[in-house]
Amino acid sequence: MNPNSEIYNLRVNGKTHEIRDSWVGESLLFVLRERLNLPGTKGACEQGECGSCTVIMDGQAVCSCLVMAATAIESEIQTVENLSDGDSLTDVQDAFVTEGGVQCGFCTPGLVVAIEHLLSQNPDPSEIEIKEAISGNICRCTGYGRIFEAVDKAVSVRKAKTA
Amino acid sequence: MSSAIQTSTRRDVLGTSALRPDGAAKVQGRFEFSSDLHAENMLWGATLRSPHPYARIINIDLSAAYKITGVEAIITADDVPGKKTYGLISSDQPVFAQDFVRYVGEPIAAVAADHPETCRRALAAIKVEYEVLTPLTDAELAIQPTTPPIHPDGNVIRRQQIITGDQNLHGEIVVEGTYEIGMQDQAFLGLEAALALPDSGGKGIEMFVATQWLHEDQKQIAACLDLPCEKVRLTLGGVGGAFGAREDISLQVHCALLALRTSRPIKMQYSREESFYGHVHRHPAKIFIRHHATRTGEIQRIEAKLVFDGGAYASTSSAVLINGVTHIQGPYRCPNASVDGYAVRTNNPPCGAMRGFGVVQACYAHESQMDKLAVACGLSPVEIRLRNAMVTGDKLITGQVVESVAPVARCIRETDAIALPTPLAKTAHPLELVGGSGLTSLPHNIVRGVGWGVSIKNLMYSETFDDFATARCQLKDGVATLKYATVEVGQGFVVLAPQIARSVLGVDEVVLDTVDTGIGSAGSTSASRQTWMSGGAVDGACRLVRQRLFEHVGKKYNIDPLRLVIEDTDVVDMIGDFRISVVEASTGVLIDETFEHHHRPTEELDEMGQGNCHVAFAFVAHRAVVDVDVELGLVKVIQIATAQDVGRVLNPIAALGQIEGGIAQGLGLAVMEEIVLDNGKMRNPSFTDYLLPTALDAPSVVAVMIEEPEPQAPLGAKGIGEPPCISVTPAIAAAIRNATGKELPRVPVRPQDICF
Repeated sequence: MNPNSEIYNLRVNGKTHEIRDSWVGESLLFVLRERLNLPGTKGACEQGECGSCTVIMDGQAVCSCLVMAATAIESEIQTVENLSDGDSLTDVQDAFVTEGGVQCGFCTPGLVVAIEHLLSQNPDPSEIEIKEAISGNICRCTGYGRIFEAVDKAVSVRKAKTA
Repeated sequence: MSSAIQTSTRRDVLGTSALRPDGAAKVQGRFEFSSDLHAENMLWGATLRSPHPYARIINIDLSAAYKITGVEAIITADDVPGKKTYGLISSDQPVFAQDFVRYVGEPIAAVAADHPETCRRALAAIKVEYEVLTPLTDAELAIQPTTPPIHPDGNVIRRQQIITGDQNLHGEIVVEGTYEIGMQDQAFLGLEAALALPDSGGKGIEMFVATQWLHEDQKQIAACLDLPCEKVRLTLGGVGGAFGAREDISLQVHCALLALRTSRPIKMQYSREESFYGHVHRHPAKIFIRHHATRTGEIQRIEAKLVFDGGAYASTSSAVLINGVTHIQGPYRCPNASVDGYAVRTNNPPCGAMRGFGVVQACYAHESQMDKLAVACGLSPVEIRLRNAMVTGDKLITGQVVESVAPVARCIRETDAIALPTPLAKTAHPLELVGGSGLTSLPHNIVRGVGWGVSIKNLMYSETFDDFATARCQLKDGVATLKYATVEVGQGFVVLAPQIARSVLGVDEVVLDTVDTGIGSAGSTSASRQTWMSGGAVDGACRLVRQRLFEHVGKKYNIDPLRLVIEDTDVVDMIGDFRISVVEASTGVLIDETFEHHHRPTEELDEMGQGNCHVAFAFVAHRAVVDVDVELGLVKVIQIATAQDVGRVLNPIAALGQIEGGIAQGLGLAVMEEIVLDNGKMRNPSFTDYLLPTALDAPSVVAVMIEEPEPQAPLGAKGIGEPPCISVTPAIAAAIRNATGKELPRVPVRPQDICF
């Protein structure tokens, strides 16, 4: 289907991608997942309520389901795939695995991106700041307890590194 | 799309917090969920659904939809080659509505097209002419014999009474109440999704799907497609949570039919709104109970009437009802009972399995009653529960003797011993007050309350159902390969299975083969059953392999195999000093064994509700502490203290994750989660309007795991998935009552229930 197709470029994870034969109404989430082979970003509500689709756009954590892809042409976009690859995990990712922050894992990429973003802005967040920062990311499996543990661990690992 | 997983963390045996082998892929976004799958030349599928709760279909006109460029196929009831209906217990739900639609969201047609947007336009172009009928939306009205049936099978899906003991006993103390439980949604994050590929030259189907039970899906799909089961091959697509909502067929048959029709791969994926329409929910229920007790608080008799609204189709309603009526006494002794339960059909959305399965509703009612009884007898909530707590050997109202370990009193005492949280500080950060970032609450309006809930939950399937599990273990060169069809929905079987293999076989490396229908059934990932059932199957297969390994070593080194044991990673002679590593012992040989684990048989309930219908039971206690803004009706759950009867802890971090996660879902039902219906129509099928607990709603959870190994259970461990979400709901409701003095006979408790 391409009744209104446009050609445009998106900057994702440091690379320029040409988007062809697309419908102009596609969300950034759809384009990342279905056209750029970046399925790490998940969709679960289409309304910006659950945070599963969190990406970094020009330094801000945004819900990619609420961004029309064709409006993101001037932006630098970073997805979960940009954080690490292979066996190397970031401290946040590692803490999610070791502290039991992962169950079904569907919310996990969005949470990891949101927490990486939080810690880049605020390396020593208080408990309430952490809760506030991830309150837009719904997890249905964990009840958040192990996720809080994971954030605490990542913070302390980062502190130990910089000490 | 093969999903074999290598796991090689050294010595992650049972009892350790072994890490999930799928963890790294999940944190990196590399784990393939069913919605992430693609195939060459793939089309998208989508479903047309009824806008009416009850209507006669007069005509379906597909002509305009077919004219849209990119539309490849449209199918309706006429295109179903096999059985036109499906269903878990009774096959009463149409693949596509043919004559009537019976709920809002009932599938009518499915489209295959080149883009999801093309699908949406095609669905909008299908013209369906209806004669709109008056829906039946009142479950109690559905019971009346004078109410016209909305389905050929009638409006009463099942009635079950439990009549035992003295039917006329009148206690010195009598308390009663009518309690209501709203319709809860499982709200798993990973939406329904599947990829179907035509197979066997168009005479079969290969499907990757997020489900809870591959073999049950296979059976139902094959019947609708009129294909033998072996021509319907299912592989598990990554599952983003389930909680009961994936036990029933949703898009599987539609997706397969479109693939066969177009001879092309079809991907189907629901939106969140469609997901609310596309899966069953927790039954809303209305429960009346009257307790008769002595002046000192011993329960003598219960009278109860339970009505579960099953919605338009049966799904598992009859089994949910049985759980409701057989658990209505709670974890308390009760010699006499007069119980009457109904599961009925209405034009509301279909209801079926959700974590807790009928017991959630019963528990809210019996625990609300226990607090009333405590007040009437002048006892504390803890004393009344301890006074009546059942023990192993007690007889249930069904006549079944509780053979399970039953540490009910211990659960209560250990929960009671957990320190209460510090009082709300005068200097508390405004975000920590009830109302949170709304900054609405004035500290002098905030009242703290404490409440209790205790529950009993059956484990595995009941009433003669043989929900066995199958596993295969191969050992070669020190590597164990496990094959099973056990669905991983997030619960952690993926980490438990290799722990079992390491413990039994002394191996370090365990490979998990693809989860598919290429082996016998594992049963469903539900009913708190996979650790017991599939855990038992993996344990059994590994033990058979170990026996063969000992025979092999015994023969080679001339030692009686009965003298051999596994010690760490070695095969060791218990009596002599022979020792050889498992790697060396298994080099050059292939040992391959398959094991089926069956639990003990159960019975059906008779007309009087008597029979050994359940396999085993688990118990838990919850104590909730809440802050309530009594003026605005807002609630913040501060702390949940819990002691849970787990049998044996096999993986502490995974067990804690189940407990904390279940508590959050029970909290949701207590104070925020409800599908609101208006004459059969859902008013809030979205995450904007259906509220789920966020990180800011998460209470502090203090959990004690009570380890008294269960002799019946293969690993000594009871299922732990459901109990956490059951009694936490009444505990929170009781805490709000304690803070407000209101009766609060209904959950979720809404602001208007508190402040008006």
